[in-house]
Amino acid sequence: MWRRALKAVFAWRHAAGAPLAGLLGGVIAPGAAQAVDLPEDRAEAMFHVYDGGGMRASGPALLVRKKLLDKVSLSASYYIDAVSNASIDVVTTASPYKEKRTEYGFGIDYVVRDATMTLGLTSSKEPDYISDYLSLDVAQEVFGGMSTVNLGFTRGVDKVGKKGVGYFDDATHWKYRVGLTQILTPTWLASANFEAISDDGFLGSAYRVARVFGATVPERNPRTRTGRAAKFRVIGDLGSRNAVRAEYRYYWDTWAIKAHTVEFGYSRYFGDAWLADASLRYNTQKAALFYSDNATVETVYVSRNRQLATYNTIGLGGKLSYSMGKLQGKYHVKLNGSYERVRFKYSDFTDVRTGKAYSFDADVLQFFVSATF
Amino acid sequence: MNILRALLRGASVAALASMALLSGCAIEPWVKPYERERLGDPMMKFSRDALSDKHRDHVFEVREGARGATGVQGGGCGCN
Repeated sequence: MWRRALKAVFAWRHAAGAPLAGLLGGVIAPGAAQAVDLPEDRAEAMFHVYDGGGMRASGPALLVRKKLLDKVSLSASYYIDAVSNASIDVVTTASPYKEKRTEYGFGIDYVVRDATMTLGLTSSKEPDYISDYLSLDVAQEVFGGMSTVNLGFTRGVDKVGKKGVGYFDDATHWKYRVGLTQILTPTWLASANFEAISDDGFLGSAYRVARVFGATVPERNPRTRTGRAAKFRVIGDLGSRNAVRAEYRYYWDTWAIKAHTVEFGYSRYFGDAWLADASLRYNTQKAALFYSDNATVETVYVSRNRQLATYNTIGLGGKLSYSMGKLQGKYHVKLNGSYERVRFKYSDFTDVRTGKAYSFDADVLQFFVSATF
Repeated sequence: MNILRALLRGASVAALASMALLSGCAIEPWVKPYERERLGDPMMKFSRDALSDKHRDHVFEVREGARGATGVQGGGCGCN
C-alpha cells in the first residue's frame, strides 16, 4: 500500500513544474532569516584510480569555483578516465582494449535571499558514446534555517555508437529529485532524498552478449526504464571532535531490480591538522526480470549484464586529510588521500572459464589537493 | 486510484508549501542560530569534497544496478 502511495507521489515526474515549484517557494517564503552564502571559492586537483576485476580506470580531475560580484558562483570541472579494460565480459567475449573518456562540467550558482539556484551542464565524450546533461537545482532554507528543501531536475541526451559502425542510436534521461535536510538537535542532522529516473532509447551495450541455451546472442534490453530511489541519512557530532553517520537507500525500478544500500561512516580529528574518516558500505541487489546467466527459455528481452544480476558488494574505506593551514595568508590548502576496498560477489553470474559464481575485489584510490580561498 | 493519486499529489505540494511558510508560524525553531556552530564543522557535512564524492558515486553507479538520490547530480557515460 505504501509502495503504491510512493508511486503516486512520483507520478510528479510528468509535471515539469517541479523546479518551478521550488522557485515559487523561494518567492513565497516571507521575511525569513539571514540570506544563505554562496559556496566558497575553491580549486581542486585529484588523481583517481579504480582497479578491479581486470579493469583499470585512472586519470586526473580538476575543479575550479569562483565567486563573481558576490551574487554568482561559477564552477568548471575537467575529468578523465583512461580505461584499460580486460574485465571478465571483455576477455570471454572479445579482446582487451584501451580507451579514454573526457568529461567537462560547468555550473552557475545564484543566491536569492534564502534560496540557492544551481544550473549545471556536463558533457562526457568517449570514442563510442557522447553524453550531455543539463541540470537545475534549487535549495531553499525554510523554518528559520532549520530545514532545507531541495528540488532538482536533470535532462540528459546520449548518442550511442559502436566501433566500426559509428553512432547508431540515442538515449534520453530524465531525473527528478526532491529532498529535505533537517536540523534535529545542535549536534544531529538528518536528510531524506527521493529521486525518480526515467530512461528512454538504447539502454544496453552494443558489444555485450547474452547466453540462451548455452549459445551467445546479442543482448536485448527494453527501450524504457524507470527507477526510484529513496535515501535517508543521519549525521551526528559525538562531542569529542568526532562524528558518526549512517545512510540507507532503497532503489526499485521497472526492470524489477530492487537494491538496498547501507553505509556507516566515522570521522575524527587528530590534533589541529588531521581529519580521518572510515566507512563501511554494503549493497545488495535482486536481479532484473529478464536477466539470466544462461537463459533456458526464449524471451523478448534477455541480458547477461552482471550489473543487473543478483549480487552484493561490501566495501571498507579510509580517508586522511591534512590541513596545511593558510598559505600566503589567503589559501587554505588540504592534502587528502583515500582508499577503499570493495568486494563484488555475484549469486547468478558465473565465470564461464571456471563455471563458478563470479566474484572480484576492487581498489578505489584518490589523491587530491584542495584549496579554498 | 486517480483520486488517491490526486490527493497524494496535493498533500505533498501542501507539505512543501507549508514548510516554506512556516517561518512565520507558531512552532519556533528549537535550535537557535547561535547553537548551530557545531553543525557548521566540515566533518558534519554530508558531502565534504564534491569532486571526490562524484568519482566515488560514479564508480558504484556504473557497476551497480541501483542509482540516484545520492545528492550528486552527475552526467552519464557509456561505461559498462
